[in-house]
Amino acid sequence: MLDAGERKRLKTKARELREKIIEVTFTCGGAHVGGAFSQHEILVALYYKALKIDPKRPAWEDRDRFILSKGHGGVGHAVILGDLGFFDPALLKEFNKTGSPFGMHLDRLKVPGVDFSTGSLGHGLALGLGAALGARQTGKSWHTYVVMSDGECAEGSVWEAAMAAGNFKATNLTAFVDRNRFSLDGPTETLMRLEPLDKKFEAFGWRVLTIDGHDFDQILDAIETARAETERPVMVIANTVKGKGVDFMEDKTAWHYGGLDEATRDAALASIRKSK
Amino acid sequence: MAKAQGLTWTIDDADHMTQAEIYGETLTQIGLKDKRVVALTADLARSTKIGKFEEKIPERFYNVGIAEANMIAIAAGMTEAGLIPVVSTFAAFASMRAAEFVRTDLCYQKRNVKIIATHSGTSFGQAGTTHHCTEDIAIMRSFAGMTVIAPADAYETARAVAASIEYPGPVYIRIGRGFEPPMHKSLDFDFEIGKAIKLRDGRDLTIIATGVTVLQAMEAAERASQNGVSVRVLDMHTIKPLDEDAVREALLDTRRIITVEDHTVIGGLGDAVADVIARSGKGCAFKKLGYQDCFSMVGYYEDLQHNYGIDADGILDAIGVVLKAEFEQDEDWEDEI
Repeated sequence: MLDAGERKRLKTKARELREKIIEVTFTCGGAHVGGAFSQHEILVALYYKALKIDPKRPAWEDRDRFILSKGHGGVGHAVILGDLGFFDPALLKEFNKTGSPFGMHLDRLKVPGVDFSTGSLGHGLALGLGAALGARQTGKSWHTYVVMSDGECAEGSVWEAAMAAGNFKATNLTAFVDRNRFSLDGPTETLMRLEPLDKKFEAFGWRVLTIDGHDFDQILDAIETARAETERPVMVIANTVKGKGVDFMEDKTAWHYGGLDEATRDAALASIRKSK
Repeated sequence: MAKAQGLTWTIDDADHMTQAEIYGETLTQIGLKDKRVVALTADLARSTKIGKFEEKIPERFYNVGIAEANMIAIAAGMTEAGLIPVVSTFAAFASMRAAEFVRTDLCYQKRNVKIIATHSGTSFGQAGTTHHCTEDIAIMRSFAGMTVIAPADAYETARAVAASIEYPGPVYIRIGRGFEPPMHKSLDFDFEIGKAIKLRDGRDLTIIATGVTVLQAMEAAERASQNGVSVRVLDMHTIKPLDEDAVREALLDTRRIITVEDHTVIGGLGDAVADVIARSGKGCAFKKLGYQDCFSMVGYYEDLQHNYGIDADGILDAIGVVLKAEFEQDEDWEDEI
C-alpha cells in the first residue's frame, strides 16, 4: 500500500507525462496514443518507483532490464526516458522525423535507456526470458520486466516463451499484459478470443495476478508479490482502458494510432487536466 | 539414378561422421575455458552434436524444446548478461522458421550470438525437402550485420567455430549432417573469417567453392589437370563478408570462373561472386553451379550432389563448358580492377 504522498506523486507524474505524450503526438504527426495511455500507469510505476536504474548510466551492468514488447507504445516509453534524463527531452520534437533517433518503435542502439529494440510483436517475452536466464547464469541480481499487449498474445511465439519461462522457473522475470481488450482491427474477444487468458498462462506454469492496470497501489503490490515469488514467473494481467485519460479516446479502437490537429490536441490536454 | 563416380563414401558410412562431432567437441573445449559461452538447442542436441557440450557443461546448456524462434530470442536476451550464446539446430529451421527473430533480435540489435546450422543443403538427403535447406545463404547474407560461413569440412568447422567466438556480432555457420569426408588433413592451416583459402593455383580457370563442394572442386581440378587444364581453387568459406580481392584476382588472372555451392544459385555464393565481377567492368566466362531454382529430390546426399551437378563430375563438365565459352575482352584487360 502506497502512502498518500507517494500515490499523489505518481498520479501527478502520470498526468504530466500524458500531456507530454499528447504534445509529441501532435508534433510528430501521429502515434500509437491509445496503447501508450493504456500501458501508462504500468510504465510510470516501474520507472518512477520499482526499477533499479540510473539515467546517468544507461548501460549500467546491474540495472534492471525493461522490455516494451508492445513496441508500438514507444511514444509513451520515450517520453518517460526523456523525462528521467536518459536524453534531452527537447530531442523528442524530432520524433518520427527523417533521420531521427526516435521512430514509432524504439531502437536500443539509438535511444539511451532502451534495453531491447522492439516493434515486431511476440518477441519481448522470449527476449526477457533470455535476459532473466542470463542473469541467473551469471549470478546477477537484476530483475527483468516485460510489458506485452493483449493482442500480441495471438502470436505463437508468446506461448513458446511462456512455456519455456514456466519450464525454467524464471522467477526473476515478471511480465505484464496490457489488457485493454482491443487490437488494431477491433475487440480482442470478437477478433481472436484470448479468454480465459489467466488460465492459459497458469497452465503454462505462471503465477497469474489480475489487477486494475491504472491503479498504482495494485501495480506496485503485484510487483512486490512477483519479486517475492520463488517458484514461478509472475504474469500480471493488467485490465486497462485503451486511450485512458482522454475522454474522447477511451475504449475507441480508432485511437490505436492517430494524429492530432490543434483543436483535438487542446481538447485532449483539457481532458487530461480535468482528470483526477 | 547414376551413382557418383570417384566417391568412396556414403552417408551410411559412419567412419566419416566427423564434421558435426568435431564442432561439438571444439565448442565443448572452448566452453570449458570460456565461461561466457552457453549452448542452446531446440530438441536437437543429439542430431546437431551440441549435446557434447551438455555432457561436459550441463549447467551452461539450455534445451528449449522444439521452438527455434524462441531459442533465438532467448539467446539474444542472454547477451545482456555478457554471455556468448551458441545455438544449434537444423539449417532449415534456423534460417527460415526463425528468420525474423534472427534478423530483428540478433542482427538489428547487434547481439553477439553464434548460430551453428547443421544439415544444410541437401545433406539430410533422404529426409526430403522439409529438411533440406538450399536457401539459407541467400537469406542470411541479406541481413545487415550477419556474417555467413560455410566450412569445407570438420577441421574448417572447428576453426570457424573457434574464430566466431572472438568475432563480434552474429555469425551463421552452415555445416552438413556430419558425414562429410575431410578436405584438410589437420587443423594446421591458415583460417581467417572473410579470407578465402587458395587451395590450388591455376591459369585457365578458377573454381570458387564453399562448404562441402570445396572437396569436389579439388577433385575436379585434379582430374582436369590430367588433361592439361590448369585450375585454381578458392575455398570461399566466408560468403559474407566476401573476400572480394580474391575474386578480382581470380578474374584478372584466369578470366573464367565457376562457382559451386550446395545451395540455390539464387542469392548465394554464385550471386555474391557475380556481383563482384559485374562491378569490375571486366568480361568473364562464368557459370554458377547449385540448385537451379528447384526443390531437391529425396536420395542419398552423394547421389543428389551428382544429380544436381555439384560433385566432381558435374564440376568437370562445367569446366569443359566454361573453357569453351566466349566472352568479350576489353582492350585494357591487364589494368587494375
